[in-house]
Amino acid sequence: MYHYDEYDHALVQDRVAQFRRQVERRIAGELTEEQFRPLRLMNGLYLQLHAYMLRVAIPYGTLNSPQMRKLAYIARRYDKGYGHFTTRQNLQYNWPKLEETPDILAELAEVEMHAIQTSGNCIRNTTSDQYAGAAKGEIEDPRVWCEIIRQWSTLHPEFSFLPRKFKIAVTGCDDDRAAVKVHDIGLIMKRGEGGEAGFEVIVGGGLGRTAFIGKTIRDFLGKEDLLSYLEAILRTYNQLGRRDNKYKARIKVTVHETGIEEFRNLVEEEWRAIKDSSLKLPKEEIDRIAKHFEPPAFRVLEDEAPDVDARMKSDPGFAAWVHHNCVDHKIAGYEIANISLKPVGQPPGDATADQMDAVADLAEEFSFGELRVTHSQNLVLPHVERAQLPALYDKLAKHALASPNVGLLSDIICCPGLDYCALANARSIPIATRITERFASQERLDMIGEMQIKISGCINACGHHHVGHIGILGVDRKGEEHYQIQLGGDASENAALGKILGRGFSADEVVDIVEKIVDIYLEIREDGERFIDTYRRVGQSPFKEKVYGTA
Amino acid sequence: MGQVVIASRLSDGIVVFLAKASAESVEWALQLEDAEVAADDARANEMLGFGEADIASRNKVMDPYLIDVEEQGGQLRPTKYREAIRCFGPTIRTDLGKQAEGPEA
Repeated sequence: MYHYDEYDHALVQDRVAQFRRQVERRIAGELTEEQFRPLRLMNGLYLQLHAYMLRVAIPYGTLNSPQMRKLAYIARRYDKGYGHFTTRQNLQYNWPKLEETPDILAELAEVEMHAIQTSGNCIRNTTSDQYAGAAKGEIEDPRVWCEIIRQWSTLHPEFSFLPRKFKIAVTGCDDDRAAVKVHDIGLIMKRGEGGEAGFEVIVGGGLGRTAFIGKTIRDFLGKEDLLSYLEAILRTYNQLGRRDNKYKARIKVTVHETGIEEFRNLVEEEWRAIKDSSLKLPKEEIDRIAKHFEPPAFRVLEDEAPDVDARMKSDPGFAAWVHHNCVDHKIAGYEIANISLKPVGQPPGDATADQMDAVADLAEEFSFGELRVTHSQNLVLPHVERAQLPALYDKLAKHALASPNVGLLSDIICCPGLDYCALANARSIPIATRITERFASQERLDMIGEMQIKISGCINACGHHHVGHIGILGVDRKGEEHYQIQLGGDASENAALGKILGRGFSADEVVDIVEKIVDIYLEIREDGERFIDTYRRVGQSPFKEKVYGTA
Repeated sequence: MGQVVIASRLSDGIVVFLAKASAESVEWALQLEDAEVAADDARANEMLGFGEADIASRNKVMDPYLIDVEEQGGQLRPTKYREAIRCFGPTIRTDLGKQAEGPEA
């Protein structure tokens, strides 16, 4: 993975010193809250319902064991013993003290981490495929490009005060695990006519108040042109993007209002002017960054692991875990092992300090010290020898980290909602925990198969409800928590926005309604059909009939 | 039943309530039960004013506003669920927040 050079170290340490002084001035009364708020937000420090919240960037969801141990240490020493992994592959602490935040940032800097650009109208942490460098069929490791984007966008003076925040996601595979089509810019690596690697560039996707699937602005972009093209898009957006209305300021609205053809013309015109500037990436620079992401020293292994097969036959719990949580690796004899942070009845994405420490140790023991965070709020050990799966599983189970439910109904994406968040209108976590309790039977989960439930506690859609197979949105209706249900959303390469089913439901009703929807699917599905396939075949009517008693 | 001034403590963001408010002195408390309940709008607005003046002079607290409270089973409770969550803590982690702490917290 990438390691800081002297410039990175100096930048992050300078920022810690600067913020320490700003906090001192705030506490001394030299800065009002109004003056201080933008400064603390530039360092990831929010004020939530119960306390401050610190959002720590995990660049493209990659971290190593010492970094994870540091996150555990901070949770224990400065917070209340846990952290929350978010839908942007970041980590949030829910109880940091203002006066200790500079110390936390100094601790993070020791392991090459920070909280810069985790808030504000700038280019945020670039997200990526959690299987980067391990996935079968990958064109290139997308993290090389994420890191190049990180270096270009960090404290970029021209793009520090954009009309609104800006999120970029990169995938190196056709299978999209990074939801690139619902980002401000999505990059999909593909091959050009001569077989050379490059990018399809997608622009103007996003969730929130007004959801859009992104549109392709360029079918193929050569690698050396990545930064100049991104800069051309950002410049065009920075000029055209609306600043009169916060709710219309994202690039998705700019693209929608301008029209993709016209927007493309403006971008291409800008691009022609800067294409051959210093933004053109020299091959040596690409190679220098790529060196940081060279594969670990994989061993030459047999694909078969008879002990694993035998254990799967005798132990259904282990078999379910291998089946749902483990994914074929690009190297023979290796597996990608997902660690579910979705145990029954627990807040999705939360991990205790002890669990973080355990995962850091397991990464060292089984996965070259490498870890990933997924946008679906789970963790990944990317490079595990298949023969080691039983040993890994047994150790995970000791730490309540072996839930065999990745990709199943109880693997719910869920924002913090009104239990923590100052923006929320309704609670989301209790809906998630009650659904997992209702569907606690592994047999039933297996029978239902792939199913994505995504829950947001407000229209800002941090819980990605628009792209859930079943999406749930919490609203406040006359002083009561109320939940709207959408069906048919999809965050994958076949991205689609869900459609609202009808009138919403009370907190008491909503789990029953989810169960009804699942039941009708089980009744009408054809062989091998996932929920989303059935929905696409039959549409909303059968579900509507069952839920509302009318067509 | 009445109104209470709720705010956040500067040093750690923890929720506090205006407990005593006059032109001479202002005190903040950590528990809703120690808050002064304004019986009418005039006192509520006066309390908010004292709270804001205290923030300007002593800088220990921020973001004050009024919330409606009522008595339920001998206990004060905000009428809005959002404020109830602020006053007691996350509903999914009853080991955290004010609900988990004694009056001395």
